[in-house]
Amino acid sequence: MFNERFELNKNLAQMLKGGVIMDVTTPEQAKIAQEAGACAVMALERIPADIRAAGGVARMSDPKMIKGIQEAVTIPVMAKCRIGHFAEAQILEAIEIDYIDESEVLSPADDKYHIDKTKFKVPFVCGAKDLGEALRRISEGASMIRTKGEPGTGDVVQAVRHMRMMQQEIRRLTSMAEDELYQAAKDLQVDYNLVKYVAENGKLPVVNFAAGGVATPADAALMMQLGAEGVFVGSGIFKSGNPAKRAAAIVKAVTNFTDAKMIAELSEDLGEAMVGINEQEIQLLMAERGK
Amino acid sequence: MTVAVLALQGAFIEHEKMLAELGADSFEIRQRRDLDRSFDRLIIPGGESTVMGKLIRELDLFDDIKLRIEGGMPVYGTCAGLILLADSISNDSARHLQTMSIVANRNAYGRQLGSFFTRAEFKGIGEIPMTFIRAPYIDEVFGDAEILAEVNGKIVAAKQKNQLVTAFHPELNDDLRVHEYFLNM
Repeated sequence: MFNERFELNKNLAQMLKGGVIMDVTTPEQAKIAQEAGACAVMALERIPADIRAAGGVARMSDPKMIKGIQEAVTIPVMAKCRIGHFAEAQILEAIEIDYIDESEVLSPADDKYHIDKTKFKVPFVCGAKDLGEALRRISEGASMIRTKGEPGTGDVVQAVRHMRMMQQEIRRLTSMAEDELYQAAKDLQVDYNLVKYVAENGKLPVVNFAAGGVATPADAALMMQLGAEGVFVGSGIFKSGNPAKRAAAIVKAVTNFTDAKMIAELSEDLGEAMVGINEQEIQLLMAERGK
Repeated sequence: MTVAVLALQGAFIEHEKMLAELGADSFEIRQRRDLDRSFDRLIIPGGESTVMGKLIRELDLFDDIKLRIEGGMPVYGTCAGLILLADSISNDSARHLQTMSIVANRNAYGRQLGSFFTRAEFKGIGEIPMTFIRAPYIDEVFGDAEILAEVNGKIVAAKQKNQLVTAFHPELNDDLRVHEYFLNM
């Protein structure tokens, strides 16, 4: 698993740290995101809030649309494929995407198996709501992890829950006796060596971002203080009143996530935040897809 | 010796770890008031140059940092740091600190599929590991800038008085020699 390509892909995620990755649906939005300070963009036909509203089967975006975004910006471009849909992933690799998100936001194509990501040269980011999921995705070849949050809701509660859960479980492993780690590996359904790495280093072997429901500079600061190494913002930006200003404010809040005074200033006059939808009001929990 | 690491975005923690292993103190620069602390050297890490170039201006760090570099403070830029220090960028109209006499070529190896690892000679050090991540290279050096390393005929490291740049990321491997070289500059 720790081959050269995996290292390079892990390294790219390291370069994204301390940054904000923004969902965009057009080249114009991609340019706004880049100018606002996004460290990468996620190219999508529809942002999660609209996917949720539209219902039906959500699939990989049109490659032509993704290519349009690749041409519009110089920062890395990511795109989503369905869980388990390795043919969509092959297409994204063929158009030289910088990162593939095997994402629960789209309709899962396989209800049992995730993509064997070790077969690919391009890197993958995967969602996880606890340590076991994170380590299972890493053993399948994911070189970056994000919380699953609850996309398209503007409600940060699930991202918080997943990040807290992951950090708690990591802290638990670091305090275990060596011989207890074997049982922990069984409980987590993951390879012992990954569990050992987490116990010794107190962190995942790859970069861990927050995703799902981040809508304000304060949300971003919250996730960073809870241990996220960077933030994905989906619907929160382009579903708000003033996308460019809100995007730039979230970028600065991530850099100075402990400076409440600065975040207070950044939070002024941002216009209307996305309306959002509370966790209890949701019919479909996307975070429950793919374990 | 205290090294400040520009920590606006990117892989700054990796540099701090290298410095700690070499016994040098370091701290992060995230905003204006961090410049009030005393430091002798500066590292501009890898990350996205568009993000750092924007934040270094909007957080009001640009003039102070440029002045210090022009005043002779040793600075080391990796990857995006190289772009920030370059006099110009051949394939991009953006310009940043422009303190170093080099012409940079952004994302010169293409997208992530073009990222690679190799080992090559570094002048004054010997053969070292080199990790290139969506890396730039240097089209040309001029004035008193000198070439320190080349890979496949492309310039990937250079030095000019107090300024050092590498297109690759020594902070991602466990070889400390480039950081040691910088601390001895």
